[in-house]
Amino acid sequence: MLRNIWVWVGIPLIMIGIAAAIVIYSVNNPTDSIVARMLTYERVFRVIREHMGLLLVSMTGATIVGVAGGIMLSRPSLYRIGRVMETIVNIGQTVPSLAVLALFYTILGLGFRVAVFALFLYSILPILRNTFAGIDGVEHNIIEAARGMGMHPLRILTRIELPIAFPIIVAGLRTAIVINVGAATLATFIGGGGLGDLIVTGLSVHRDMIIINGAVIAAVTAILLDYLIGKVEERVVRWA
Amino acid sequence: MDQLLWAVFDTLRAAGNGMMLSAQSDDPGLFMQTVNWISRRSEMLMELMLEHLWLVVLTLIIAVIISVTVGIIISYYESMAQTVLGICQILMVIPSMAMLAFMVPLFGIGFTTGVMALVLYSLLPIVRNTYTGIRELDPAIVEAAKGMGMTERRILFKIKIPLARPVIMAGVRTAAVMMIGIAAIAAYVGAGGLGELIFSGISRGHQPMIIAGAIGVSIIAIVFDYLLYYGEKRFAVEGRTREGN
Amino acid sequence: MIKLEGLTKVFPGHNIPAVKELNLEIKEGDVCVLVGPSGCGKTTTMKMINRLYEPTGGKIYIRGEDALQMDPIKLRLDIGYVIQEIGLFPHMTIEENVATVPNEKQWPKDKTREKVKEVMTLVGLDPDVFKDRYPTALSGGQRQRVGVARAMVSDPPIMLMDEPFGAVDPITRARLQNEFLRIQERMGKTIVFVTHDIDEAIKMSDTIAVMREGELIQHDTPSDLLSAPADEFVSNLVGRNRSIKRLHLIRINEILEDVSRGKPLNEDAKKDDIEKQLAESDIRSVIVVDRDNKLKGVIGVNDLKRKAGEVARDYCQDVSDTITDDATLNDALSVMLEIGEGYVAVVNEDDRYQGTITLGDLLNVVKEDS
Repeated sequence: MLRNIWVWVGIPLIMIGIAAAIVIYSVNNPTDSIVARMLTYERVFRVIREHMGLLLVSMTGATIVGVAGGIMLSRPSLYRIGRVMETIVNIGQTVPSLAVLALFYTILGLGFRVAVFALFLYSILPILRNTFAGIDGVEHNIIEAARGMGMHPLRILTRIELPIAFPIIVAGLRTAIVINVGAATLATFIGGGGLGDLIVTGLSVHRDMIIINGAVIAAVTAILLDYLIGKVEERVVRWA
Repeated sequence: MDQLLWAVFDTLRAAGNGMMLSAQSDDPGLFMQTVNWISRRSEMLMELMLEHLWLVVLTLIIAVIISVTVGIIISYYESMAQTVLGICQILMVIPSMAMLAFMVPLFGIGFTTGVMALVLYSLLPIVRNTYTGIRELDPAIVEAAKGMGMTERRILFKIKIPLARPVIMAGVRTAAVMMIGIAAIAAYVGAGGLGELIFSGISRGHQPMIIAGAIGVSIIAIVFDYLLYYGEKRFAVEGRTREGN
Repeated sequence: MIKLEGLTKVFPGHNIPAVKELNLEIKEGDVCVLVGPSGCGKTTTMKMINRLYEPTGGKIYIRGEDALQMDPIKLRLDIGYVIQEIGLFPHMTIEENVATVPNEKQWPKDKTREKVKEVMTLVGLDPDVFKDRYPTALSGGQRQRVGVARAMVSDPPIMLMDEPFGAVDPITRARLQNEFLRIQERMGKTIVFVTHDIDEAIKMSDTIAVMREGELIQHDTPSDLLSAPADEFVSNLVGRNRSIKRLHLIRINEILEDVSRGKPLNEDAKKDDIEKQLAESDIRSVIVVDRDNKLKGVIGVNDLKRKAGEVARDYCQDVSDTITDDATLNDALSVMLEIGEGYVAVVNEDDRYQGTITLGDLLNVVKEDS
């Protein structure tokens, strides 16, 4: 129990605490007037809010579409398309995130929505692929046993296929989150805001303090999310 | 969710507009503009592409030397392994913009910053694959080598590394593809390469430039991935025939 | 109980039917074994009965009802199904695995729990030990038992078993087979059993259906099949040493009375008694039991000379292996070969000594029959 609190609350709080300490110190002790003007609580909260907005909206959408799509493509009638999709997704994942954002900018222009949409599409890929691969990897004889005992196809999906594929789906989510958090810091280049704003501002006015603040918050966010989902991953595979 | 729906809507509308535009004959479509721009600036493109490749290849060489060494060391010291891999995992999770930002106060703007950030990123895939590649060898093979009186040094170079090579190659491939993407971002801190086209294209609103940069980077990544995939397979096949003998 | 009429299956993209115009009737409470080389259509036939494969022609009647008109889900819920690789659900505990069909039928929780316990005990798995384990923590033999328990839990009148004991070592297989036959004696299910192993077929079956290239060659009782094979294919299948195969057909308890070789020695017997009995024994050894008639050990001629002592207890050695009285003569032969002796001690379910079987007894049986 104590260990659980430590794992799920203690360690995350320490990480957030470190980031908060750096922010509080920097805002209260600006090195010069430029830093004082550019690095305010208001601004930090705004970019964090924007960043979380980018993550939350795109990841929620990507999870729903990715999992649903993966399930649909794993059905026998669409299985062939699923196989083709796997190849396309693999190529799609090779395309760098900056290139994806840039291409969406040329089609859709600047803005938060464009950034969200690009992140959303980019994050679908690992989730979709892992959902499909996870369900596809369920051994044939397990499905046949379930069918032979009279389980309804829908029940086979929810009670057998999805639970068995779950660890792989979570691994896909983890990949997607890491990619997404990384790509979200690039959203600033196409006017999407977020923590990248602080870094870019800091670089353009040559103030390391601002750069470090943006980088620390972005890094802590990424490490924390990866850590938490890694812990979830550990817990779900108790039967293997 | 609302935002997402709007984004979907925007895309559809834009796609519609795009088709309308290309249908009009007096305005050359974005595609033609890009092709024209590329043919006019092919020399500069070539130069940037080489710069990009140089950054990636140089970093890859440094990264392989460091990571394989570290991977081999931790394969001997089990107690260190989890800590080292944990640190590498954290390094790779850090957003690339943040990593570059951390490097700027240390190394300033320029090529070095790019190289440093890229090396740190590529640690995890190569170190992890070297480590698991060696650890997951059939212990009977190593034992047989020991039994025949081979020194640990010879076992490492003649048995362990050659047999782990396909796995290590897979790690190098992952690292290389990742690096190509991050190298593009590194252009923002003055490391050069095709990323420059994307960034100056965005700041100037020059769409053909952005597209050329984005597609150029993507092509390099896809081609690298493909080539290394075949390299990986070749190693694997070689390994198998050797085992067969 | 089950009647197949002109049953035919042509898989899409194939010219030759996998099963061709098959007629077969299986009586209630019978074990019908479908046997034949791989690709003969036996599994396909079985899978058409619970409609995992839809027949392309012919009829299936179950208790006179047309199975092809029934809802396949409902049909399957009332037919127990065990497949070769067992197909246990890796993410569910043994209890959850066994409770699959009750949960599909939405039985009340208490009833399910009760029944799961009962059926696990029946197949020889202690529910308290195993119910919360996951399949990966089980041995091959234990998994097979779970597979059988899972198929039996809702007490289906019909069971389909596709090489259910295929994936275990021969000794475990023989034990599982014997246990299964003991259970079947009590439950009296109608069972369709698929195997490619003719010995298993002879041992398990009330009737055997031999198939080749999608056609039924012969459907007979095992002893009729052995004494009168329909054609060369069947006689090749049952093999040249048919009389030895009869050893599969006869259970030890059927012959034990005829080969009675006197009472075993009590562990308190004096040396004189031992010598007297040894002189009479045709196996140059005597079996020693305790007061509860439980097997204590065995005394050979040499033991008496080599060891010092007063009573039988002091001389006797442990026996390497025993056999239960419901095993077949063939199982007895295997054990004898295994332990390298010309005899094996027979015990019942409660480990009480029942008698001794010798190689000579087996020879006599084979001779009588041929």
